[in-house]
Amino acid sequence: MADRKPEDIKVILATDCGSTTTKAILIQKIGDEYRQTHRGESPTTVEAPFEDVTMGVLNSVTEVGELAGRKLIDENGKIIQPADGDRGTDLYISTSSAGGGLQMMVTGVVRKITAESAERAALGAGAIVMDVLAHNDKRLPHQQIERIRQLRPDMILLSGGADGGTIKHVVDLAEIVGAADPKPRLGSSYKLPVIYAGNQDAIAEIEKTLAEKTDLSITPNIRPSMETENLLPAREKIHDLFMEHVMAQAPGYRKLMDWTDAPIMPTPGAVGNILKRVADEMGIEVVGVDIGGATTDIFSVFTGIFNRTVSANLGMSYSISNVFAEAGLPNVMRWVPFNMDEQDLRNRVKNKMIRPTTIPQSMQELIFEQAIAKEALRLAFEQHKGFATKLKGVQQQRTIGDTFSQSDAGATLVNMLTLNLLVGSGGVASHAPLHNQTAMMLIDAFRPEGVTMLAKDSIFMMPHLGVLAEVNPKAATEVFKKDCLIYLGTCIAPVGKAKQGKQIMSYKLENEGKVIDEGTLSFGEVKLIPLGLEQSAVLKANPARGFNLGEGSGDAIERQVKGGTVGIMLDGRGRPLELPEDPDTRIAKLREWMTAWEVYPTQALGE
Amino acid sequence: MAHAYTPGLKVTEQIELHKRRILPLKGEVLVKVGDKVTPDKVVARTELPGDVDLVNVAQHCNVEPSEILEIMLKKAGDSVEEGEVIARSKSFFGLFKSEANASMKGSVENISEITGQVLLRGMPKPVEVQAYIVGEVEEIIPDEGCVIRTYASFIQGIFGIGGETHGELTMACESPGQKLTPELIKPEHAGKILIGGELVTADALHKAIDTGVTGIVTGGFHDKDLVSFLGYDLGVAITGHEDLGITLIVTEGFGEIAMAARTFDLLKSKTGRLASINGATQIRAGVIRPEVVIPFSETEQVDETLMARTATMGLQTGSPIRVIRQPYFGHLGSVKDLPSEPTVLDSGSKARVLVVQFDDGSDAVVPRANVELIEG
Repeated sequence: MADRKPEDIKVILATDCGSTTTKAILIQKIGDEYRQTHRGESPTTVEAPFEDVTMGVLNSVTEVGELAGRKLIDENGKIIQPADGDRGTDLYISTSSAGGGLQMMVTGVVRKITAESAERAALGAGAIVMDVLAHNDKRLPHQQIERIRQLRPDMILLSGGADGGTIKHVVDLAEIVGAADPKPRLGSSYKLPVIYAGNQDAIAEIEKTLAEKTDLSITPNIRPSMETENLLPAREKIHDLFMEHVMAQAPGYRKLMDWTDAPIMPTPGAVGNILKRVADEMGIEVVGVDIGGATTDIFSVFTGIFNRTVSANLGMSYSISNVFAEAGLPNVMRWVPFNMDEQDLRNRVKNKMIRPTTIPQSMQELIFEQAIAKEALRLAFEQHKGFATKLKGVQQQRTIGDTFSQSDAGATLVNMLTLNLLVGSGGVASHAPLHNQTAMMLIDAFRPEGVTMLAKDSIFMMPHLGVLAEVNPKAATEVFKKDCLIYLGTCIAPVGKAKQGKQIMSYKLENEGKVIDEGTLSFGEVKLIPLGLEQSAVLKANPARGFNLGEGSGDAIERQVKGGTVGIMLDGRGRPLELPEDPDTRIAKLREWMTAWEVYPTQALGE
Repeated sequence: MAHAYTPGLKVTEQIELHKRRILPLKGEVLVKVGDKVTPDKVVARTELPGDVDLVNVAQHCNVEPSEILEIMLKKAGDSVEEGEVIARSKSFFGLFKSEANASMKGSVENISEITGQVLLRGMPKPVEVQAYIVGEVEEIIPDEGCVIRTYASFIQGIFGIGGETHGELTMACESPGQKLTPELIKPEHAGKILIGGELVTADALHKAIDTGVTGIVTGGFHDKDLVSFLGYDLGVAITGHEDLGITLIVTEGFGEIAMAARTFDLLKSKTGRLASINGATQIRAGVIRPEVVIPFSETEQVDETLMARTATMGLQTGSPIRVIRQPYFGHLGSVKDLPSEPTVLDSGSKARVLVVQFDDGSDAVVPRANVELIEG
């Protein structure tokens, strides 16, 4: 494809090699626009007895080819390029998280400053951060050394110190890494890749300490000064090394790397890439979540800054018991509209943990599983808010006018009132039998404020589009807007507190001068107004005094709002969201809300 | 459409097992091909590098890091005793001395003129790998370990706690539906592996530990008892490293669930035999299930026709299965029908299903994802 102009690209094939499933999608140019047309999937073949990732890739591509009536693989088992008639593809790209993804350790001198920047760089590149070592993390050197040996990361990112600052502390860290003499997780025939992205004055000493023992790369400092963060060079280096070392060790990847027209990206890195691009292009603020069996990834773009967190043990199958342990029984049960016996419930959670592939058969099981999902998402988002912050350690010049301002270094960037789009993906969100269930899970877990569009990535296409954006941004963003997201609708949630039943908002929804709905919303009440896919309306809303929809307390708003498969969801439960403490009142309220939003059939909610 | 994954737990009268016994690091293999081994036999040995510690010599001796080499009494590679003086500085015309001591016995690995720290490495730690089962060494993996072959009865559990151990199989319960309670545990059970029924209670587990019981195999176990037993709530199912004085193997799941009759009967038929058990469980990619291995005695005949049956046939009409989720959790039966079209469940989800005929003759529709094969 090297010689092809972007406008000549008519057919694009993309795969994502996950730890259990390899997913292939086909994108074709129809008229002037790119559309995702077909998809196929097949089990991933990284582990024994196959030990060749390309087998799973070929199986999924074969399926996509059959569905599309297009021959994509030739007699020699190779992907046909370029496209010609109903044969072949112009572009082939792939992402991967097979074999456990990219597992890293990061270090920094100060936990909240350089170590946190290093963590951001690694997470943004799509890595799982196994541990963060810092000079001040309260562990003794021998404990830190033991930890590195125990974890056996794929790669270490070593940072610390602003340029021109002291070099002693960062060399200390390098000595600890050197003393651990770490061996890579996959294969022992190569040296562990270590990226140094710290104080540039210490490079000579770092080389002296680590060049022989490790495969050392040097990049510009990720924190050249307290006030600036420069993550891009380190992230790019992580991607390069991921390809050269980690991927190259996994069975079949060398072959796959030869086939692709762009470097293989770690799956979460690709998801971050597309979300950031779309947010920048549309000038919006976005939160995306991918809830899996073992982990939950959250991506956000606020004020143009991209952040990603991975909550390693918050997931819906392998880690379900951990969600339960972390959230606590009362927090899970507050979302369940009936009483359950505690012992039975605990056993059910553990049985799901030991048999992670089972699915809810009864409505009661589904409701309970979605209650746990709300807590997994809430906990993961709490962690994200604590991490997606303004730079810490920055000296601030304060004027008298700032005296009463709450904004501070280290404050979270996440602002739910300015959030425009919330996207859910991953098993429990994507495969919920009703879209209304996905929407309520997102609202109860993330508690959007003001006016927020809700969507889901139905077939988890974001990884494919993230890597496509590297080679053909136009195709990637077009498909993202048209085919990737299923719009659920818009949530309208006034921020404030009042007595139950008190009127907190009046509203009118109009489309081309025609009133779709108008009325009032009381505190504690929720409403669903049908507004379908491809439909939009003008919302004119007047919040009561003490309630904010984004323009200030009591200030009216007028916004264009988008419909979707669910519609417009008015949420008068107030923010912060608090549920009644009395169990009977809480259950009655849950039934009322779930009925109003048409989340579960009435008979499933009991009398 | 992707196939529903139907994992099966093996419960088999006869199997040819090949156990890899491998060191964590390269070392010495102590057996040769053809050697007969017993569970306690050490088959390979190595030494793990010692712990390391950093001594801040520059700070202890009040010198600049760059001056550290001048005051060191030891050089890289030298051995040291715990408490031995490794550096000494003099100040004020030699009147005052400052010293730095070795924090452990071992050797000096590195001296840094940048940080002023000295890296000490402690004595190597010996690590041994035992045979774990009765059998014969069939292959040597040079410098790493060996493969031991045995013919055995073999039972996989769904979840376990505690590592490898062995002992004589002893029945504590008379039927698969009986609870294993404290009064069923007797002093003569010390060193034995006890077979329970539908549940082992927390009290019984504690009494078993006090009595010196090696292991317990049970159908069910309550989560709240697991929490009190471990002292924490288990977040992810990765176990085997616990050192609680007993190995526990759960064959069916959490709750009160009668042990599958087939499992119970097989264990009962092996009463008095030496068994090796391991509670290690890992429910992630590369799944590990807990196991009970009951090797054949030297005189026991291997039945080749039974061996052939151990091959997994996949989910077919007539396959014996266990339902592993509500509303039929724990029920046993066989596959009556495998409709190919996805079906809408009560939860509203669409999934591939099967019709199961339960042992009492009734039948029900369940998602294929919610059953597991009972493999024999």
